[in-house]
Amino acid sequence: MTIALVLAALLAVVCVVVVALPFLREPETRSDAIDEPDAIGRRQLELAERRDRALAALKELEFDHRTGKVSDEDYRQLVGPLRREAADALRRLEPRAAAAEGEPVEPAVSNQP
Amino acid sequence: MPELGRAALVVSLGLIVYALVAGAVAAVTRRRRLAVSAQNALTAAFGSTLVASVVLAVALVRHDFALTYVADHTSRALPTVYALSAFWGGQEGSLLLWLLVLTGYGALAVWLNRRRARDLVAWVVPVIAGVATFFSFLLVGVASPFQTSPAPVDGAGLNPSLQNPYMVAHPPLLYLGYVGLTVPFAFAIGSLLSGRADERWIVATRRWTLVAWTALGIGQLLGAHWAYQEVGWGGYYAWDPVENAALMPWLASTAYLHSVMIQEKRGMLKVWNVVLVSLAFCLSIFGTFLTRSGVINSIHSFTQSSIGPWFLGFICLVTAFSIGLILHRLPLLRARTQLESLVSREATFLYNNLLLVALCLTILWGVSWPIITEAVHGEARVVGRPYYDFFLRVFGLPLLLLMGIGPLIAWRRASLRGLGRIFAGPFAVMVVVGAILVALGAGSSTPGLVAYTFSAFVLATIVLEFARGTRARRALSNESWPAAFSSLIGRNRRRYGGYIVHAAVVLLAIGVAGSSAYQHVTDKRLAPGQSLAVGGYTLTYRKLEERTRANATEIRALLDVRRGTHELGPIKAGKNAYSSGPSTEVGIRTNYLTGEDLYVIAEDIGDDGTVQFRVFVKPLVNLIWLAGLVFLLGSVTAMWPDAREERRLALRYREVGAPSMQTR
Repeated sequence: MTIALVLAALLAVVCVVVVALPFLREPETRSDAIDEPDAIGRRQLELAERRDRALAALKELEFDHRTGKVSDEDYRQLVGPLRREAADALRRLEPRAAAAEGEPVEPAVSNQP
Repeated sequence: MPELGRAALVVSLGLIVYALVAGAVAAVTRRRRLAVSAQNALTAAFGSTLVASVVLAVALVRHDFALTYVADHTSRALPTVYALSAFWGGQEGSLLLWLLVLTGYGALAVWLNRRRARDLVAWVVPVIAGVATFFSFLLVGVASPFQTSPAPVDGAGLNPSLQNPYMVAHPPLLYLGYVGLTVPFAFAIGSLLSGRADERWIVATRRWTLVAWTALGIGQLLGAHWAYQEVGWGGYYAWDPVENAALMPWLASTAYLHSVMIQEKRGMLKVWNVVLVSLAFCLSIFGTFLTRSGVINSIHSFTQSSIGPWFLGFICLVTAFSIGLILHRLPLLRARTQLESLVSREATFLYNNLLLVALCLTILWGVSWPIITEAVHGEARVVGRPYYDFFLRVFGLPLLLLMGIGPLIAWRRASLRGLGRIFAGPFAVMVVVGAILVALGAGSSTPGLVAYTFSAFVLATIVLEFARGTRARRALSNESWPAAFSSLIGRNRRRYGGYIVHAAVVLLAIGVAGSSAYQHVTDKRLAPGQSLAVGGYTLTYRKLEERTRANATEIRALLDVRRGTHELGPIKAGKNAYSSGPSTEVGIRTNYLTGEDLYVIAEDIGDDGTVQFRVFVKPLVNLIWLAGLVFLLGSVTAMWPDAREERRLALRYREVGAPSMQTR
């Protein structure tokens, strides 16, 4: 009984220390705010996802065409829009890179949450 | 040490409630250290629950009958492995296992994603903690496994049906599946709460969903094998409510695993995916409720308890909260792309989703019907096997066919001429196989014949996919055939792992169709020396044998088996008499070449030495168990970490440069 209670108390103390640890340590950064992407960051992430989606679709289309699963006719119809989509996403992503080098950035899309 | 167990559970509850409140406050006010503290609380809750679990496991193994749970579910004669499996043999232990797995999964999922999606994780913690609070509260306030009473000399023992090696693995696997679905749910809800429209929640939970889905699938197959060997009614799936309870979330998550690909490839179905993840989670809670509440009579439900209303309340709360949140975030989830053609990969995935969800909801309706009729009419009316079999054929056979069609159609759209060229080969295989089967007499069962021909079609498409892919890789890289084959799978594990899983489903369909549509069965009471004939076998009953073991008395009827002029040897079937009741022990003789089983049940053993036998011949039934191994192989292939994919994702988040995604 006594040993059990001592062990239980020890467990509680250890748990409290683990929970309190972030407040006991020196903060990693000056700000205590959770880092979140701003409106531009969210827009960029969405564009990067769009670009990766288009590039992956292009890659898959190429492979399916090579295996014979996609006919020449279907391939010709599908490849154009996919290339345009990837190029569009790439072009839209560029201002961010420019901003990183100190150039002006396009305003963030206002309807983003 | 029941006091330590009780205290550990109270500590867990405190930590989980803290993780819920502090996590929610941290997410809303964006306070980083408070968020990390809440994450730590979740991890510490796992540690504390682990302590409680160890206390219970030790008590079970040591036969500490002062604990009511141990006295109710074990006895001194019970072998240690079954004493340990009594952990999940009763309600309180099962709830503790739920909490242990949930806090373990939660802590691990949060830790793994702490850098990639720190802002998202801040919202995930309170969601996981919210679910864990419910289970923790039940364990502390309603159904504690650490209740004590004066210790009896011996315990009541474990239900005889649970004293089977399969029951050592089957329930924990199902729990790994049920609880695992909490992780994608928590990330989806966390994503909605945080107002994020990006796909990080999908990336973060891709493998978790696969793990949970695989565990549920394998768990069900082990359960089916247990029922086949142990329950002794001659089948492996009886559309029992508890069996259905595991099938429903598996079907919903199968639908999700397909529809999420449409979101990843086309950016569509965002609302549908969140709905499916929420549905799968709610069904997993509903499944636990069915298993644990005792509200429905089931051969698998070993509990009658009062926790039902708590579960119902929780299910209603989660459902209402999920629906409300999804409706609130609808503008965020609006897709910017549309379905371009009804003849495309995404369209077939959509049809597949509709069929899977329709099957899932049909089963849900059948399972809920006794509850509804009891509430309305005061008398529970059970939906029978014909209801489920009918809808399995209506939805299952088109699903089987779609499994072959979907992978061969291109994304976005495909021309009819192109389709004709692609499907000519598999279609020819289907027709030839159908004709051969009709010639062999398989036309006696139309659903069976359709299932077989569709299976042939799907298998042909899978083989074609692997062959064409390997040839293309070989042409690209000048590799040898084996190297090209290996590289093909290595470069797209999800796709080809998925095809392997499809092959497993085909094996399952063939096994189910063969063992149900084409089985032979006969019933006969035999005296020693008498024979019966069934499906080409002749069985001659020789004598009864009796043996006393530590925890049971075994009675076996010995029969000699002959097929034509070939003596195949003896087979034994009988019963075990445990202190807690009898169990049926079936005799099974497997033909490993054809996959056929001869299955003998000794239904009634008379005092005069006569035995009432029920004998089945089940063609191809062993393909069902083989399907389990292939399913596991496919799942592991699909979920195996892909370094190339990881690098691509890391690059995406790094180049976008959002501060929350940078590694510290």
